[in-house]
Amino acid sequence: MSQPTKPAIDPSDLDEHRPYLVKYAMLQLRDKDVAEDLVQETFLAALTAAGRFSGGSSVRTWLTAILIHKMGDHRRRAGREISIDAIAENEGVDDIESLFQANGRYVEMPKSWGNPEAALTERRFFEALELCVQGLTTAAAQAFLLRELMGFEIDDICKEINVSATNCSVLLYRARMRLRACLETRWFAGDNKGQGRRGS
Amino acid sequence: MMRSCKEVSNLLSDSLDKKLRPMERLGLRIHLAMCDGCARVERQMSFLRTAMSELPKQRETNDSNRT
Repeated sequence: MSQPTKPAIDPSDLDEHRPYLVKYAMLQLRDKDVAEDLVQETFLAALTAAGRFSGGSSVRTWLTAILIHKMGDHRRRAGREISIDAIAENEGVDDIESLFQANGRYVEMPKSWGNPEAALTERRFFEALELCVQGLTTAAAQAFLLRELMGFEIDDICKEINVSATNCSVLLYRARMRLRACLETRWFAGDNKGQGRRGS
Repeated sequence: MMRSCKEVSNLLSDSLDKKLRPMERLGLRIHLAMCDGCARVERQMSFLRTAMSELPKQRETNDSNRT
């Protein structure tokens, strides 16, 4: 499948992906300067490791996978987390616990979203979605983005962010439950729906 | 056999990432038939996946509209 003789990534091919990657990094980082730095680091890493690019995925997909890794590195460097395992085991569990009563029922019953697909035509819905993703912890966001944007399988996510398969599933579960609740509040909840949403 | 909403919501998430075991699927189906809340969570998690798959397209479309 892979072609050993495939030429390395050409530096001039990278730049066209820059705007996309910067916006991608902004999913987790509010600071555009930091996002641009991380994209630069990503390009350096990509050129260094270009021999590992199999050609099986698009260059953009490959760059995005590297970027997600860099985003995790950055958050750890910034001292915002001790270790992914600790978060998965402690914060992760607590997070989910707060959504349920002791008997396993919902503290707050999930509401009907009506026909949620209608939101897919509204630009502002996606802004809400991005804000919700930004609200996730790094580990949960990494796992979730690798899964849903990159289509990684669980095993590959585990390797990429260095957590056990169980913790990986916990991270994805937590990400989905938090995003669900966040979207319900920001977009789908009763009166807010459609109000002030100037989608084109 | 009877599973709580907490267990079921966890299984719903797992089912998006891997094939569940037969007993898990059975427990899930029984619970979903009786529980509106979990049935919503199932639909909403599935919608979340759809929305995420649309996100990159949205971002590219919006590139020219933002500063």
